[in-house]
Amino acid sequence: MENKVVTVSMKNITKRFGEIVANDGVNLDIYKGEILALLGENGSGKTTLMNMLSGIYYPDEGQIFINNEEKIIASPRDAFELGIGMVHQHFKLVDVLTATENIVLGLDGKLDLKKASAKIREICRKYGFDVDPDQKVYDMSVSEKQTVEIVKVLYRGADILILDEPTAVLTPQETDRLFAILRNMKEDGKSIIIITHKMHEVLSISDRVAVLRKGTYVGDLKTKETTAQEMTEMMVGHAVELNIERPDPVDPKPRIEVKNLTVRNEEGILKLEDVSFTANSGEILGIAGISGCGQKELLEAIAGLQPAESGSVCYIEDDGSRDELLKKDPRQIQEMGVTLSFVPEDRLGMGLVGNMDMSDNMMLRSFRKGHTPFTDRKAPKKLAKKVVKDLDVVTPGISTPVRRLSGGNVQKVLVGREIASAPKVLLTAYAVRGLDINSSYTIYDLINRQKKAGVAVIYVGEDLDVLLEISDRILVMCGGKVSGIIDGRTATKNKVGMMMTRIGGEGFDEQ
Amino acid sequence: MNSKIKEPLLHIVKRGDVKWYVAWAIRLAAIVLALIVSGILTTALTGLNPLDVYKTIVTGAFGTARKSWITVQDISILLIISLAVTPAFRMRFWNVGGEGQVLAGALAAAACMICLGDKLPGGVVILCMVISSILAGGLWGFVPAFFKAKWNTNETLCTLMMNYIATQLVAYYTILWEVPKGSGKIGIINQNTNAGWLPEVGNKYLLCIIIAVVSTVLMYIYLNYSKHGYEISVVGESEHTARYVGIKVEKVIVRTMILSGAVCGLAGLLLVGSINHTVTTTIAGGQGFTAVMVSWLAKFNPLGMILTSLLIVFLGRGAGEISTAFSLNHSFSDILTGIILFFVIGCEFFITYKINFRKKTAGKEAK
Repeated sequence: MENKVVTVSMKNITKRFGEIVANDGVNLDIYKGEILALLGENGSGKTTLMNMLSGIYYPDEGQIFINNEEKIIASPRDAFELGIGMVHQHFKLVDVLTATENIVLGLDGKLDLKKASAKIREICRKYGFDVDPDQKVYDMSVSEKQTVEIVKVLYRGADILILDEPTAVLTPQETDRLFAILRNMKEDGKSIIIITHKMHEVLSISDRVAVLRKGTYVGDLKTKETTAQEMTEMMVGHAVELNIERPDPVDPKPRIEVKNLTVRNEEGILKLEDVSFTANSGEILGIAGISGCGQKELLEAIAGLQPAESGSVCYIEDDGSRDELLKKDPRQIQEMGVTLSFVPEDRLGMGLVGNMDMSDNMMLRSFRKGHTPFTDRKAPKKLAKKVVKDLDVVTPGISTPVRRLSGGNVQKVLVGREIASAPKVLLTAYAVRGLDINSSYTIYDLINRQKKAGVAVIYVGEDLDVLLEISDRILVMCGGKVSGIIDGRTATKNKVGMMMTRIGGEGFDEQ
Repeated sequence: MNSKIKEPLLHIVKRGDVKWYVAWAIRLAAIVLALIVSGILTTALTGLNPLDVYKTIVTGAFGTARKSWITVQDISILLIISLAVTPAFRMRFWNVGGEGQVLAGALAAAACMICLGDKLPGGVVILCMVISSILAGGLWGFVPAFFKAKWNTNETLCTLMMNYIATQLVAYYTILWEVPKGSGKIGIINQNTNAGWLPEVGNKYLLCIIIAVVSTVLMYIYLNYSKHGYEISVVGESEHTARYVGIKVEKVIVRTMILSGAVCGLAGLLLVGSINHTVTTTIAGGQGFTAVMVSWLAKFNPLGMILTSLLIVFLGRGAGEISTAFSLNHSFSDILTGIILFFVIGCEFFITYKINFRKKTAGKEAK
């Protein structure tokens, strides 16, 4: 491994967006036949840097050398011709076409689907992919779609693959399979760059780690010689504590009782089937499951956003009185005196209005207050200032549109608003998705503080390591059903992973 | 190193926060550039001195006191219609039915004048006109909004279709009420009694102007400071967010479109009751569509619309003047208007983006 050949060399790359410097004089070398993990906090410029390599953006300054020749990459097509392919976080596939059709889409030359699908089978066999070239994309699972994206890139002859957070949508078992394939590709001499926030994945898959911080290149480390702690400190720039505390619940009482809840979505597809559980005050109930297994519908049904076919969702007061929440909209729930906060998965599409500034976003929950037809702008402004101060939101000011903030800060704004009303119930969906380590731990801490204040927290998460660390109990969902509820302190990752794919996992011993 | 590599000639970069004076400098440059291009074209095609042509545009719009009053009155009407479509646009509801909503209001006002003019006292007739034209405009706004809220139909098509219905209704009543029979038009209504003619304030132009000013202020306050205005913005930005905080999206859509239509109806009332004293199928004169441009150009800000409606009306009236003054084809003035608008709209791109040319000097730009 010592006589390494540099295949890509980015020199002095600078990219600005208006006044924001996304990349500032970055130098990065990528060797042939290595897996490089690109690490950095949100807004540190990882994706921007990779977008320049794959031709989506064009650098303001700097040069890119491919195999020691300076190249201009002005479009994704240029990138393909140089053997660079990127698999984006959001898949770019046409649902009604088959895998083969999607893969050849946009290629020049005669359209020969038979030949193409033979070539795809050959690629799959070589690296160990498991995909049917003739299957329609809409019939595929998330991991199969991702496979198609990777095969698409390989089909076009890429030698340098960039994967932007590929494991965010996968189960632990699927992740293992993906990593096995990546290792095969590495053996074949391909260079792979992987962007991820999960430290244990970095440690298990990569050969080398390159760290970016605030748009500048900090340095690289050999994975074998480093630890999660060291990498994190390099990313953040100072020492951090990587432990999530889990205080014992104090005086838990039933707060939300869901019984036999069945939900169909607008297309009439069954999303939740006969779901029953109780969430207690002063406790974090983690919800695990492959994405799309009904977590979203479950939270939305509790929050009054998703009509249910049958069942009940009861809010239980301290004195034992019960209120039915189903068939009520969020406003009616609010007017009933139930303080229920909801941090939805889609922060800018649902929780906040991206084009509005912080104080207007604070107003979303409070604008109806007062008896005049006019809105009160002072209180939200005060709240916005308080959130900035209490949660260390990095923003040019409270009148900056929230969409201009980085992911972590957007989430702080949202969580800050939702906990400002001193809720009794806090629902969070993927609260740390896309957030860097530092912001994630801030959010965990905020959630734990709510738990200590006696709030019933329902925490939908995708990172099993975190779920196992933070939850008092874990409800595992599988295909819209409850696969089981297990104790967070004794559960193992393997067990939860099994339960995610099969009702009850291997056995029901812990239920 | 390989010298054959080619950097793209230019690439487009998004600007950060643009200072207001930079933005206005760019807009001013666009207008100057537009005038130069139009000037070259004028000389090339007609041999006229472009400066003469520009002077005629100005005198056409503001040459005499009467011309100025008419220009300002035209601005007022266009402004009111633009204000009317704006709440819908802020809600991302593409109301291109301003034309039909104005016509509906105009027809309702005319109907009151014709049917009630000699039966009720003048004040009562006017009251009926105000109410019925606002209701008629509101109804024209309600129908597409209701369909959209209920069945998620496409509002652009729906509002457009409602325009044709309104035009044909006016055509039908024109035949029914035509004076004299066979003339194909209604003519001045109640010319002798002046029943249903809106009162003159100061002179015959001022009423529209006052109503436009008041509407602008009210609309500005409504959109920016009221709870309704806030709901409109939230629904426009994201329906999911609106539902998430318990805003009834359907209700907001219907309510806002009724308002939108009602204000258009008011414009129709002014056209019939104060300016024309008759109704024709072309009384709205395409202003329902022009208003879309006025509203967009001002980025849906009611105060900005004062400027944009002024620009459009000024160009329109000036262009009309040059076609008569230099006995040019009317299409020529349309060409000039088109060029100027093209530059004005096009410059917004340069306010949002910056173009970097190949190989700049190594010196770093100040941040």
